[in-house]
Amino acid sequence: MLASAVNPYLPELGRVVEVITETPTIKTFRIVLENTEKMQAFDFRPGQVAQLSVFGVGEATFVINSPPTCKDYLQFSVMRAGEVTQKIHQLVPGDPVGVRGPLGNGFPYEAMQAKNIIFIAGGIGMAPLRTLLLFMLENRKDYGEISLIYGARSPQDLCYRYEIPNWQKKGVDVVLTVDAEAPGWTHRVGFVPTVLSEEAPSPNNRIAIVCGPPIMIKFVLFGLRELGFEDWQIYTTLEKRMKCGIGICGRCNMGEKFVCADGPVFSMEELQGMVPEL
Amino acid sequence: MTPAKKAKKKIEEKIFIPQEKLNEVLERLSKHFRVWVPVLSSSSNGWTVEFRPFTIESEPFFTRQSTMPPKSVILPQGETLFQYEYVKNSDDPSKQDLILKETINAEKTLVFGARPCDVRGFVICDWVFLRGLYLDVYYKSRRENTLFATLVCQDADDACFCSSVGGGPGDMEGSDIRITSTSEGFVLEGLNDRAKEVISLCECDPPSEEQSRDAQRIQEEAKNRIIGSLDVSGSVEAVKGQFQNMGVWRDIAESCLSCGVCTYVCPTCYCFTITDEIQGLKGERLRSWDSCMFHQYTQEASGHNPRPTKLERYRNRLGHKFCYFPLRYGGVIACCGCGRCIRSCPVSIDIRSAVERVKEVHSNACVCS
Ligand SMILES: Cc1cc2nc3c(=O)[nH]c(=O)nc-3n(C[C@H](O)[C@H](O)[C@H](O)COP(=O)(O)OP(=O)(O)OC[C@H]3O[C@@H](n4cnc5c(N)ncnc54)[C@H](O)[C@@H]3O)c2cc1C
Ligand code: SF4
Ligand code: SF4
Ligand code: FES
Repeated sequence: MLASAVNPYLPELGRVVEVITETPTIKTFRIVLENTEKMQAFDFRPGQVAQLSVFGVGEATFVINSPPTCKDYLQFSVMRAGEVTQKIHQLVPGDPVGVRGPLGNGFPYEAMQAKNIIFIAGGIGMAPLRTLLLFMLENRKDYGEISLIYGARSPQDLCYRYEIPNWQKKGVDVVLTVDAEAPGWTHRVGFVPTVLSEEAPSPNNRIAIVCGPPIMIKFVLFGLRELGFEDWQIYTTLEKRMKCGIGICGRCNMGEKFVCADGPVFSMEELQGMVPEL
Repeated sequence: MTPAKKAKKKIEEKIFIPQEKLNEVLERLSKHFRVWVPVLSSSSNGWTVEFRPFTIESEPFFTRQSTMPPKSVILPQGETLFQYEYVKNSDDPSKQDLILKETINAEKTLVFGARPCDVRGFVICDWVFLRGLYLDVYYKSRRENTLFATLVCQDADDACFCSSVGGGPGDMEGSDIRITSTSEGFVLEGLNDRAKEVISLCECDPPSEEQSRDAQRIQEEAKNRIIGSLDVSGSVEAVKGQFQNMGVWRDIAESCLSCGVCTYVCPTCYCFTITDEIQGLKGERLRSWDSCMFHQYTQEASGHNPRPTKLERYRNRLGHKFCYFPLRYGGVIACCGCGRCIRSCPVSIDIRSAVERVKEVHSNACVCS
């Protein structure tokens, strides 16, 4: 349900309470809705997004990357890309913003129960996966082995570095990689698809969830198929330029599907039935 | 109410407006409704026909389909979604608060002299704005406050093909009042309860028997006339089947200029963009018409564009109307056959030939049939 059930274009007012600098181009924003009842009632599924407003500049789409159980704030990680994201990066605690959401479908985590899970992320693609990962850790007994392959261009470009030891403590098998050798870097070096092939996770009872730049997704999919993963075992999230976020403005369609309303999460099986307009 | 009584009532709801009395009647209606009529536009050497709010100087023009449809009555080219204002926080003047103000203000409106295809445009758009996951409250409030007095169409031209896409020159789906234009004036009939108020406000006499007969003859003729010969069956499969055959899209859209005119004149094109404007501490969030024929429309922040050339964009426009929309909304074709895109395209791209071409290529390629 949207924050404003009556007018789907009207954002709910919120305020930035904390800003975390993740990388030179990515900042994480914690936002609290002004209306405390609405804040408590803000219910969403991992993978759902929201339109974040800076009034006077506009709106842009971001994944809500806090876990749904967190009622203290909503978290968004924003990469600087253009006009709105530039303005968001200038926000400081106390600044007013608008939140329109939750929007989209989210991950079908029920269907993933009792399965082994491998998350494969590149760069800002870790944002949508973070929510689902945290959700699964909160419901640890519902899932089998949980592993993560996370790559970035350089060590400075990894998001949520400060949290990773915590994930490991909770039993996530984490493999980190960067594109090239860097001073002090003790983890893997190489592109995500290469690391995936080296790790060679078995497709047996496993779901792979992939998010990252299109080129990474393309090669990861190739790698997963080589390993024997079938289309129904693979999920990804799509990115399209969005405006309304609610299936009306017509912008984000792939054939008869709207990424904003029917996605952004799709299984590879679903994507096979859609027109190839990525 | 018994059916017989209902039928009797219907006849009482029929009136005749003599040609010379039309402006007087519209003036009277204007006191209760914002009345839109088609007029010749002064800004185009008097050639363009567009819907304008009625004034006593208006000269309603009914003999040719309007160049621009009455789309903007329900979906204005630009509208304010809400207003906002930054104000100082009273506790901490270094901080700012924000005040939001909703701006839904639909007026009671009457569109007088639209054509069946024009109204069908809204019947199609209703699927998107009223029957999707979310209700578009701006569209809804205007739609509910707008009545359509629709002209039985006697002026189809070579570009029209309304009968091919579910409509027809006598189609009254979505209309509240039927207008039949006869040699001496206009016969008006209420088609539903909403029409009663308008009909009675006209303060006109019922038509004479002869006027009634005239109108009936015109209506019969319109009902029996078939406008256009496009066969849309199989368009869904053809678009999907030929999606990746860039050759056929090149045949169709090679000369396209990406000007977007086809989408602006189309009653069933509804794409929009949302932008902010601000001056000092006060601003507005606006929505305005956009066009899938423009390159920026799908340009992503990374620089990637899933529809980089006019071929993909035309494919999407045709696909939307004859494949994706029917797939999403119970078989409804998102085209009312008004022919405006055909008349207005500077390089004469004809959507009928385009659909036929895709179907033809598909049936030649398809071994299954
Ligand atoms: C489902 C989904 C989830 C997302 N989640 C996240 C997330 O969690 N974190 C995140 O950082 N991002 C996320 N994004 C991406 C984010 O929405 C975009 O980066 C953001 O919308 C960019 O907005 P902007 O206003 O800063 O860019 P804009 O100022 O709109 O510019 C973006 C780009 O558009 C192009 N452009 C704009 N105007 C023109 C023009 N006139 N001509 C040609 N090209 C033009 C340019 O390439 C420009 O760089 C997500 C996107 C989607 C769809
Ligand atoms: S596509 Fe062309 S013919 Fe069809 S409704 Fe739009 S303008 Fe009219
Ligand atoms: S009106 Fe014609 S030239 Fe212009 S965008 Fe449409 S198809 Fe292309
Ligand atoms: S963003 Fe408007 S339809 Fe998807």
